[in-house]
Amino acid sequence: MYRYDDFDRQLVLERTEQFREQVKRRLSGDITEDQFRPLRLMNGVYLQLHAYMLRVAVPYGTLRADQLRQLGYIARRYDKGYGHFTTRQNIQYNWPKLAEIPDALLDLAKVEMHAIQTSGNCIRNTTTDQYAGAAADEIEDPRPYCELIRQWSTFHPEFTYLPRKFKIAVTGSPNDRAAVKVHDIGLRMHQNDAGEVGFEVIVGGGLGRTPFVGKTVRDFIGKNDLFSYLEAILRVYNRFGRRDNKYKARIKILVHEIGVEEMQRLVEEEWAQIKDGSLRVDDAEIVHYIEQFAPPAFETLSDDDAEFERRKAENREFSNWVRSNVIAHKQPGYAIANVSLKPIGGIPGDATDTQMELVADLSEQYSFGDVRVTHEQNLVLPHVKKADLFSLWAELKNANLATANLGYVTDIISCPGLDYCALATARSIPLSQRISERFSDLDRQHDIGELKIKISGCINACGHHHVGHIGILGLDKRGKEFYQITLGGDASENAEIGKIAGAGFSEAEVVDAIESLVTKYLGIRETGERFIDTYRRVGMDPFKEVLYGDR
Amino acid sequence: MSLQVVTANRLDDGLVVFLTADGGWSENIDQSRIADGKEAGDALLAEASVPELDTVIVGPYLIEVEQQDGGLIPTKYREVLRTKGPSVRQDLGYQAE
Amino acid sequence: MAIVKNDSVIDQEWVTLDAEADLPSGEENIIVPLARFKEERETLIGRNGGLGVQLNPGDVPEDLANDLDRLSIITVNFPAYTDGRGYSYARILRERLGFKGELRAIGDVLRDQILYMHRCGFDAYELKNDDDVSLTKVRAALKEMTVYYQPTGDGRATAASLRERRRAALKSAS
Ligand code: HEM
Ligand code: SF4
Repeated sequence: MYRYDDFDRQLVLERTEQFREQVKRRLSGDITEDQFRPLRLMNGVYLQLHAYMLRVAVPYGTLRADQLRQLGYIARRYDKGYGHFTTRQNIQYNWPKLAEIPDALLDLAKVEMHAIQTSGNCIRNTTTDQYAGAAADEIEDPRPYCELIRQWSTFHPEFTYLPRKFKIAVTGSPNDRAAVKVHDIGLRMHQNDAGEVGFEVIVGGGLGRTPFVGKTVRDFIGKNDLFSYLEAILRVYNRFGRRDNKYKARIKILVHEIGVEEMQRLVEEEWAQIKDGSLRVDDAEIVHYIEQFAPPAFETLSDDDAEFERRKAENREFSNWVRSNVIAHKQPGYAIANVSLKPIGGIPGDATDTQMELVADLSEQYSFGDVRVTHEQNLVLPHVKKADLFSLWAELKNANLATANLGYVTDIISCPGLDYCALATARSIPLSQRISERFSDLDRQHDIGELKIKISGCINACGHHHVGHIGILGLDKRGKEFYQITLGGDASENAEIGKIAGAGFSEAEVVDAIESLVTKYLGIRETGERFIDTYRRVGMDPFKEVLYGDR
Repeated sequence: MSLQVVTANRLDDGLVVFLTADGGWSENIDQSRIADGKEAGDALLAEASVPELDTVIVGPYLIEVEQQDGGLIPTKYREVLRTKGPSVRQDLGYQAE
Repeated sequence: MAIVKNDSVIDQEWVTLDAEADLPSGEENIIVPLARFKEERETLIGRNGGLGVQLNPGDVPEDLANDLDRLSIITVNFPAYTDGRGYSYARILRERLGFKGELRAIGDVLRDQILYMHRCGFDAYELKNDDDVSLTKVRAALKEMTVYYQPTGDGRATAASLRERRRAALKSAS
């Protein structure tokens, strides 16, 4: 895993000191709230419904054990004993005091972490596949490039006051687990005809008020040229992105308004001028970064482990967990273990201080001290020996971290909604809890199979509802919460924006509505079909009918 | 007639506070100074928006309230949550005390 | 109001004209908006006295490509500090078009953006504060950070280049 060197460390420390000064200037009245707001936002400090909120970056979703342990410590020391993992592979704390945040940031800096650029109209934390470096289907580990993007984008002097926020996601696998097509820039690694590995560049995806699936501006950009190419896109966006209306300021609107061909032309024209400049990264440097993410010291094992098989046969609960939460690893004898932060009836993505510390310990014991954060608000131990899975599972189970529901109907993405968020129009967490309880029966969940429910508490779509197989958007109708259902969304390589089914449902009705959709699917699915497959085959009408009848 | 109070977040710890009768800020909505009607509301908000308060509170705004059982309850659910705490964590926020 | 350049406060030696204002008859140094420069180019470059151009957000800095050696100063206006187009204009002027004159940030120029401006090629900053405060602010802003990841035209060594130098030194030492 990448370790900071003295340059990285110095930069974060300087930033921490700078923010300490800014907080001091604010508290003493040297600068007003209007002047301070953008500064605190650039350091991940929001003001939310109840208190400040601190958003800490987990660059490309990779954590070391000591870092996760420190996140647990910070939850206890500066917050109320928990944190919330988000769809942006970040963690949010909900109750820090402004005066103490500089100390919290210093504690983060001690483990090479920070809250830089987790808000504001700048390039945000780069996200990627949570199984990077472990997935069996991977072409190449995307994290060396993510780290280079992190450095390139950190305090980029030209791109700190963009028209709007800017999010980049990278996938190294053909099976996209990073939702790259709904980011401002999505990078998909693949091999060109000459056998070189590079990136397809997708621009202008996004959710929010006007969702779009991104469009390809370039089929292939080589690794050496990636950074000058990104700079060209950002420069075009910085110059030509709209600034007259904050809802039309994302790059997706620019691409939509001028068309992808014109966007392509502008980017290529800009790129032609800078491609041979100092942003070209040579092979030696790329190799240097690849080495930083070298695989851990795997043992040479047979892919079959008799003990593991025996445990599975003997223990149904364990085998259920393996079936849903354990995923194939590229190294024989190893597996990827997902740690669900979606206990039945729990708050999606929340983890307590002790849970974080426990997972940190377990990662040291079983996974080379490597932990991942997923955009679906779960944690991952990426490199577990199959032989260890049973004892890992037993320990997770003791801490209520072994819910066997990954990808199932109760593995719900939910934004904080009105319970925490100042922008919300409705609550989203209680709804996810009630859906989770309704479908708590594990056999039923297994039977239903993969079904992604995603809930946002307002049109900003932080809960990705547009790309949920079933999406739920919370709105306010004359002072009452009500919920609009979308169907057919998909965040994968087959990205699709869901369609609104019809009129919204009251809080009392919505869980029944979801259940009726699921029942319908079970009634009409063909063998092997997931909910999304059935929807694609039959379309909206049969589902609309169960929701609205003749209405 | 519509009753209103001014709420904001306290600068140093960010917690929700309400403008009180003596011009201070309280965590308890029941201690709020109440304005009756639009004009009184605007005057109250103006009082809470003076530059001197920029080092005490952030983002003052008016909310509508109703009198109930001798206490004040905001008419909007969002504001009810602010006076209590997250509905999904009854152990946190003012409701926990 | 104060203008800080090269670690000191300098005098305002330029008069900025809007689209309509009459051209002064004497040898005053004047700055005109880009649009006016394009319209009255012949007259303006035929005058005695210094000439500068002001860029506003939305302008195309490349329009000045053939006239840069006639201009002693270009001011880039930031109507609001949140409008970051001027950073791109500065880099294009310096790094692509090779402008060597004074590049001055005007408008909503605040301490916390000055380092970014400097990195993009600005060498002068017009602040709303008085002389001493402005100078103190610019000095503090320019030394707040010492590690830079991005190569720009400002000549600062990037972390990547320093790392490479160190690796090379280690290699030759071993
Ligand atoms: C709690 C404070 C939060 C605030 C104030 C906030 C604000 C916003 C806003 C204004 C947008 C729309 C931006 C636009 O379309 O230009 C947005 C989008 C988004 N936010 Fe949040 N958000 C918050 C929390 C979260 C959380 C908790 C997550 C993850 C669970 C998240 C992830 C996202 C994502 C994925 C999008 C949509 C993708 C995009 O178009 O960028 N945000 N947020
Ligand atoms: S979707 Fe809306 S309610 Fe949910 S976190 Fe984002 S801004 Fe808040």
